[in-house]
Amino acid sequence: MSSELMKTKGAGSDLALQSAVRDPNSAAAGRRLRRALGWLFLFLLVSTLVSLWVGYRRLDLAALWTDEGARFLFFGLRLPRVLMAGVVGASLGVVGAALQAMFRNPLAEPLTLGVSGGGALGASVAIAFGAGAKVAGLPVVFVAAFAGACLSVVVVYRLARTGATVLPGALLLAGVVMNTVAAAGVVVIQYFADYSRALQILRWTIGSLDVVGFDLIWRMLLFLVPGWVVLLLLARDLHLLAVDEETAAALGVNVRRSERLVYVASSLIVGVTVAVGGTIGFVGLIVPHAVRLLFGEDVRVVMPCSFVLGAAFLMLADAVARTALGAGELPVGAITALAGGPVFLWLLRRQQRYTAL
Amino acid sequence: MSADTNVETLIEGRDLRFAYAEGAPEVVRGASVRVERGRLSALVGANGSGKSTLIRLLAGLLKPSAGEVLLGGVPLARVSPRERARRVAYVPQGVSTVFPFTALEVVLTGRSPHTTRFRFETGRDLDAARAALAAVDATHLEARPVTELSGGERQLVSLARALAQEPECLLLDEPSAALDLKHRAGLIRHLRRLRDEQGMTALVVTHDLTLLDPDFDRVYAIGKGEVAAEGAPAEVLREEVLAEVYGDEHVRARRAFGRTFVWSEL
Repeated sequence: MSSELMKTKGAGSDLALQSAVRDPNSAAAGRRLRRALGWLFLFLLVSTLVSLWVGYRRLDLAALWTDEGARFLFFGLRLPRVLMAGVVGASLGVVGAALQAMFRNPLAEPLTLGVSGGGALGASVAIAFGAGAKVAGLPVVFVAAFAGACLSVVVVYRLARTGATVLPGALLLAGVVMNTVAAAGVVVIQYFADYSRALQILRWTIGSLDVVGFDLIWRMLLFLVPGWVVLLLLARDLHLLAVDEETAAALGVNVRRSERLVYVASSLIVGVTVAVGGTIGFVGLIVPHAVRLLFGEDVRVVMPCSFVLGAAFLMLADAVARTALGAGELPVGAITALAGGPVFLWLLRRQQRYTAL
Repeated sequence: MSADTNVETLIEGRDLRFAYAEGAPEVVRGASVRVERGRLSALVGANGSGKSTLIRLLAGLLKPSAGEVLLGGVPLARVSPRERARRVAYVPQGVSTVFPFTALEVVLTGRSPHTTRFRFETGRDLDAARAALAAVDATHLEARPVTELSGGERQLVSLARALAQEPECLLLDEPSAALDLKHRAGLIRHLRRLRDEQGMTALVVTHDLTLLDPDFDRVYAIGKGEVAAEGAPAEVLREEVLAEVYGDEHVRARRAFGRTFVWSEL
């Protein structure tokens, strides 16, 4: 009897050991996330140091102690800008991952879905009618960009949804049309706005992560942090939704509520980043995709990893934008588009192989 | 009919009505169904008769426009989705996943009602998922991306996901539709074993009428959104009943080798 017991006990622990050792790639998502985050934080650290180092004027560590000007250059301009790139990149990365999971479409991201376009239109309207104003302490541009982003995500989703399914082709087409209409709207507003404001809109549409001091960053974080938290808390629901919507509902996900929360949080995040940095495309596309290639499909892994890698990616893209022309500066959106466009086309081609767009 | 009074009803649909949109024709028109604990029940009927809608109503995925669904005597509206997911597993007709999740990842999603939002699956969940895959004879699919699987293989993965939920009741919408001969028989054998050994309850939508007698305990035949006939398989699988349900006078039913065979004359 006791030897019988011993045998079954032995078999049990054997089984446990086996399941712990076997197939580390596909099985323990928790362990995979920890390992992935370890690597990505290391990469983020390196990216931060590189971005702080390079620029029109190379960082001179010795001068930081002695030279007042060098200190301002570093703490007033360089450090805030790198931080800004990180904040915006992390935001776009995590929003891209969330939208892709929710729409079950690897080509979804703020730009392709027209969310950025809607945000840009909202922000232009606000600038045309006087940007400096505040409503209840919030900059009007933020609020308007959020409203524009929110509106376009809802319109695009409604257009693409028929009953229980979201048509992937319709989703992207609706996004493209939304972007075109929004861009036309921005041009019309520019045309009718007075000269100085038109110039303001133009400068803003090009987009830049240029920032002086930390004030703006703190104000952005006030909006971004709640958005980040909501999206990351929904990672598990989004994981189940990415597998199959009806199954997710059967597994206890409140699909409508989760979708609404993702709309609001994504619009808030994209609205604020667009209001500050203009439309920066394809970060939300490349970053989650790279994460998937490296660490697998589990959305609970992809979302936090996209957050960290997004920050590192935009910091590096901005470092290139700052240094490529020597004294001049390229818009960082141009760098991300140059890198992201080909990736988008490659993904499109790959997707065509097994799903009808 | 074969009303065994001391059998407990696990899921009950009372006078259910449902239309997909306001003003649209009703798909389910006053159907009442009792899914009894520890029994295998089947839902049969013509295409478009409302079987799938009815099973979705029973699964709590659709809200009836009239009538109510009770889970263990409690109105489903008062049961939290998470609690419901721990007790009832639903397998839809088809699942089309876009991202190349591995079969094991998909099966592990069945564990989510048992874990919290902040915790990943433990070794125990992993064991349950692997046991579920083994139960449907799909261990070899474990590491394969579901996007590369055939329709039948995907159906097995969906089934394994439902089993990994360790529910009291399985609601399966045409689980055998894409399965080959061997796996179809394997599915019924497995459902039978779950019922006999663990007292599992299941309601299965199916067009495979030959699978029903004698392995199922109860059959509901649905016609035009209503229950047209119900009872033990042998009672429902009769030519005059089936001709009525399917609107086809060529239906034939014969008993042989201890089973009832059903086909339509060509």
